[in-house]
Amino acid sequence: MILFLEQLLNGLQFGVMLFLLAAGLTLIFGIMGVINLAHGSLYMIGAYAGTWVAAETGSFWLGIPAALAAAALTGFAIEALVIRRLYARDHLDQVLATFGLILIFNQGITLIFGRQPLFTKLPAAFDGSVEILPGLPYPTYRLLIIAAGLLVALGLYLLINRTRVGMLVRAGATNREMVRALGVDIRLLYTAVFGLGALLAGLAGIMAAPILAVQVGMGEQILLATFVVVVIGGVGSIRGAFVAGLLLGVADTLLRAFLPGLLRQLMTGPEADALGIGIASIGIYLLMVIVLLVRPKGLFAVGS
Amino acid sequence: MMRRSHVFAALGLIVLILMPMLTDAIGQASLLSLVTRALIYGIAAASLNLVLGYGGMVSFGHAAFFGIGGYVVGILFQNFSDETLFLGLFPGTNQMLITVPLAMLVAGVLAAMIGALALRTGGVQFIMITMAFAQMLFFLFVSLKVYGGEDGIIIRKVNELPLLNMKDKATLYWVVLAVTVAFFLGLRQVINSSFGAVLAGIRQNERRMAALGIPVFRYKLYAFVLSGMGAGLAGAMMANAMRFASPDMLHWMKSGELMIMVILGGVGTLLGPFFGAGALLVLESTLSSWTEHWQLALGLILLVLVLGTKGGLMALIGKVWARK
Repeated sequence: MILFLEQLLNGLQFGVMLFLLAAGLTLIFGIMGVINLAHGSLYMIGAYAGTWVAAETGSFWLGIPAALAAAALTGFAIEALVIRRLYARDHLDQVLATFGLILIFNQGITLIFGRQPLFTKLPAAFDGSVEILPGLPYPTYRLLIIAAGLLVALGLYLLINRTRVGMLVRAGATNREMVRALGVDIRLLYTAVFGLGALLAGLAGIMAAPILAVQVGMGEQILLATFVVVVIGGVGSIRGAFVAGLLLGVADTLLRAFLPGLLRQLMTGPEADALGIGIASIGIYLLMVIVLLVRPKGLFAVGS
Repeated sequence: MMRRSHVFAALGLIVLILMPMLTDAIGQASLLSLVTRALIYGIAAASLNLVLGYGGMVSFGHAAFFGIGGYVVGILFQNFSDETLFLGLFPGTNQMLITVPLAMLVAGVLAAMIGALALRTGGVQFIMITMAFAQMLFFLFVSLKVYGGEDGIIIRKVNELPLLNMKDKATLYWVVLAVTVAFFLGLRQVINSSFGAVLAGIRQNERRMAALGIPVFRYKLYAFVLSGMGAGLAGAMMANAMRFASPDMLHWMKSGELMIMVILGGVGTLLGPFFGAGALLVLESTLSSWTEHWQLALGLILLVLVLGTKGGLMALIGKVWARK
């Protein structure tokens, strides 16, 4: 039971990370109709910039604004230079162009930081663990990630549902053409949404940095799961991204934690472990297939 | 105009037939293996193009069919060399006349199953669901230790064909070339047939085709199965050419690579995917021989190509052609 709770929290932590990435991606996707494969690169850039500043200054907290700034600036730059020219193109051109961006960013990072993964220490205040239940110590840093993720979710909820900008974003996700026809400066809105998405990706990057290895290719590893979250949640829906992100994070973590053990009771040897991990990795994709067959537009479909 | 394009096609074919001698003459034996791979990837990309370019179905999971084709050859060879039975029922074989058609059959059945489910969705959801199926297969084969897990199956000897010495690189190349040409002619036949016309109609306006009484779903599924079989053929030939079948062939990056070949060459064109496959492989190998950071250059080239040309290499060729 204790073990289960611990894994549940781990799943929650992975889930909010997925949400941070998926929230930006689902907006970019839903509002601009752009498939941005380079979203994972923004996450990677956030992680690298934050880790580097944290190592240079010795303070993890200074790394956070650095990560946000680097990711947002990169986001603005690629929106202005590349993505803006792709709005009118079909999805295939967008895939090819943003794949090109992935190659450029990965190699650029390799040129600057080398091939060795970077590691960063946990901030001193969140180094230890806290006993959240009798007999269940849990790392405070992971609790911080969960809290930050939930806080961002709340902030986004207020931004999308309570402000004028949020109203435009919702309108854009429902019917892009109509918003443009009503005289809204759609270009500014696009840039703002892309910047916001990049900012969230950068935040996810720096928060993941102390618990993962910061390395080239980290973006692509999580990109696919992020797309799965976006599609399960419904393209353009922040609420969908939140629900699907947590669902997927928890499901994936629990499967990975417990499936090999269950299989080991049925069969013997290393085959059980390999098969268990394999089937656990299949889990999120199977979940997506089932969701899409029942609800072809995702759980919280937006617009027509 | 027509005659000139025929002359170019004949010239191209002659160059391809003489390729082993040409690469021998300039002392670049590795070049022949590059051309072999380019032809095989061309088959896979052209198969993808049948659904993607002609049918408007953006499949992001064609690595599943490519990989399964490779694994059919690999598994049959493993059963053959170990003298074991597959699932305790069937003996293995190393006869290409059996392995390759079987690979196409298995890929076709797989495509029928995936297509029947995936074609219920459309748009972005279709892209993701095809990717999901391919990823499931990828993780399945990664976890199957019997077939090498992450390492895959090494095929120590190329499949045999009667009367031919397949160990000879040039012979293997000519076999691949013959398969490619046969595939190309077959594909052209399909695209120029009434089936191809219906497929193009579905891409342009699905609802109108349905109103005309065309069973849209069934036509899309046929195209998906044909396309899967083509990718399976490519996978089987690739397993022979590389003497290797691994989960990498099933990975989503492979699906992406095939898609990039199609877009690079020209979506919805007959020859485009072959040019795209060749161009991507040649770019990769020349750039990587020049600099360690070749991906940077490749990324920039892709970006410039997308932003600068609409319709890929075929559109570029068309422009140059028209200027003459």
